[in-house]
Amino acid sequence: MLEVRNITISYGKTAVLKDVSFGLNNGEIIAVLGANGAGKTTLIRALNGTLPVSKGEILLDGKPFGSFSRRQIAQKIAVVAQENETKFPVTVREFVLSGRFARGTAFGWETRDDLRIAENALQNCDLSNYSGRLMNELSGGERQRVVLARALATDAGILMLDEPTANLDLAHQGMMFRLVRERCKNDDCSAIIITHDLNLASEFADQIVLLKDGKFFAKGTPKEILRPENLNGVFDVKVLLDENPVSGKVRVTTIY
Amino acid sequence: MSSGLSNNRIKPPATACGSDRSLRLGGSLILLLLITLLAAALLGSERLSFFDLNDQQRSILFDIRLPRILLGACVGASLAVAGAGLQALLRNPLAEPYLLGVSNGAALGTMLAFAFFESWSFARPIFAFAGAGIATFAVYQMAKGRAGMNVERLVLSGVIVTTFLSSIIVLLTSLLDAAKLRGFTFWLLGDLSQATIDGFYFTLAAAVVGTIVLSSQAKALNLMMIGERDAFDFGVEVGRVRIIVFSLSSILVGTAVAASGSVGYVGLIVPHLVRLAIGSDNRLVVPFSAISGAIFVVLADTVARTAIAPRELPVGAITALIGAPLFIYLLKRS
Repeated sequence: MLEVRNITISYGKTAVLKDVSFGLNNGEIIAVLGANGAGKTTLIRALNGTLPVSKGEILLDGKPFGSFSRRQIAQKIAVVAQENETKFPVTVREFVLSGRFARGTAFGWETRDDLRIAENALQNCDLSNYSGRLMNELSGGERQRVVLARALATDAGILMLDEPTANLDLAHQGMMFRLVRERCKNDDCSAIIITHDLNLASEFADQIVLLKDGKFFAKGTPKEILRPENLNGVFDVKVLLDENPVSGKVRVTTIY
Repeated sequence: MSSGLSNNRIKPPATACGSDRSLRLGGSLILLLLITLLAAALLGSERLSFFDLNDQQRSILFDIRLPRILLGACVGASLAVAGAGLQALLRNPLAEPYLLGVSNGAALGTMLAFAFFESWSFARPIFAFAGAGIATFAVYQMAKGRAGMNVERLVLSGVIVTTFLSSIIVLLTSLLDAAKLRGFTFWLLGDLSQATIDGFYFTLAAAVVGTIVLSSQAKALNLMMIGERDAFDFGVEVGRVRIIVFSLSSILVGTAVAASGSVGYVGLIVPHLVRLAIGSDNRLVVPFSAISGAIFVVLADTVARTAIAPRELPVGAITALIGAPLFIYLLKRS
């Protein structure tokens, strides 16, 4: 679905991401991990076409990014970014419906299908009773779920999530990852998730990409990547690894 | 691709915008506009009846009052639509043509046309549009930094350009003789008394085209209102929408200022009131602002014509007297 070939991204003369390559296959979830300033958000912005690539190329469904219009890219890729506060009274339903922009005509109203898809996205994100409420009346965590609901309502084949669980309580952190997992299992869909939560990455990701100082550090399955030498190399911390007794996945405990 | 959310458990509402209420409100606004136009045509220093008009009264109604009222409606619609577009684009409910220097650019253009091309009737709107366009372009260029343009830089640039253009206007005004000075001061505060039918046609064309084209961008503006990056992520050609809205605002404000001077607060207060009534969906806010702006300016001008008749007040002074306290009230309420 998405292929990243040796991309370098620069702000002016400074390269913030150097020579990164990986591929995202159908149904796959890739977690991107790295310390602050490692270039994770820059990577997502480049993969979404927001930032130009100064070297290398990104192929979307086998074609270079430049061959797609903005609207076509938005039909294929949905972003869950850190949410902005809006200064206008926008309701939750209106916010989620705005995710249907790329699917409709530029002029006119949403169809009944758009409304149904938006309502189902709200229900999936545990927000059925929120549709008439104003965005700026919600808590940070509730808004973050609305942002996910909007991305789900796009019907895009690739979800890109930038620290989606930052404002969420424990229950909704799991809900968000489960929703993405379910979506990638049932639909023609895949996801790239930036997260600082190593255990959620271990539970839900198929692959992990580790970045350090804008460079590719390692890539592989959670079992291959979540190892003391890798995590020490990237985060400069000592960790204890064992097995989650319920899921059997790698469990990381940081030693402070 | 099929939706993973396509089960049919939830019955959707009839339309996206709760449109029964919106339709009723739209119908009421159109009716209110017609009543306002009718009342404004009959009221004035000479009270008229639609029946039994003598020649002089017929001339007052068709040659003086109707062009003025209709021009006022178009000016109100233009300023309100420009305000609604700029507010959504800049994600700032306080943004309006004055804040960004667009009005002052148009005013300066009109003054220059008046000074150098007084005999050419189309010089005023063309110079006003050029002034508004140059001011907008200057603000836009100043606001663009290395990492693109952000709203804070844009508003700050607007304030700088507004102040600079104000000082040029003051400088030019101080060079005028006493008789012209009073006329210019009156015009600068907003004055519909020089309305002509040609001026009305020109402003009407701008108001209608501006409202339709801006309405065609309303769905994109709904996303831009949340954030430019959001809008880009979800498929909006942000740069194109920005150019369309800035160009339209320049045309709308340019033609309005050329016809009537600087009628303040319309672009600020009207979209704000509309949003309070119907929410933030620009597909409704833009056309409803056009109708409400027309009503607001026609009412203000009727007060300006009748309050101290047979003398007149500048309509801009009335809109400011109504707009400023109303805005403070709304600001405190919200």
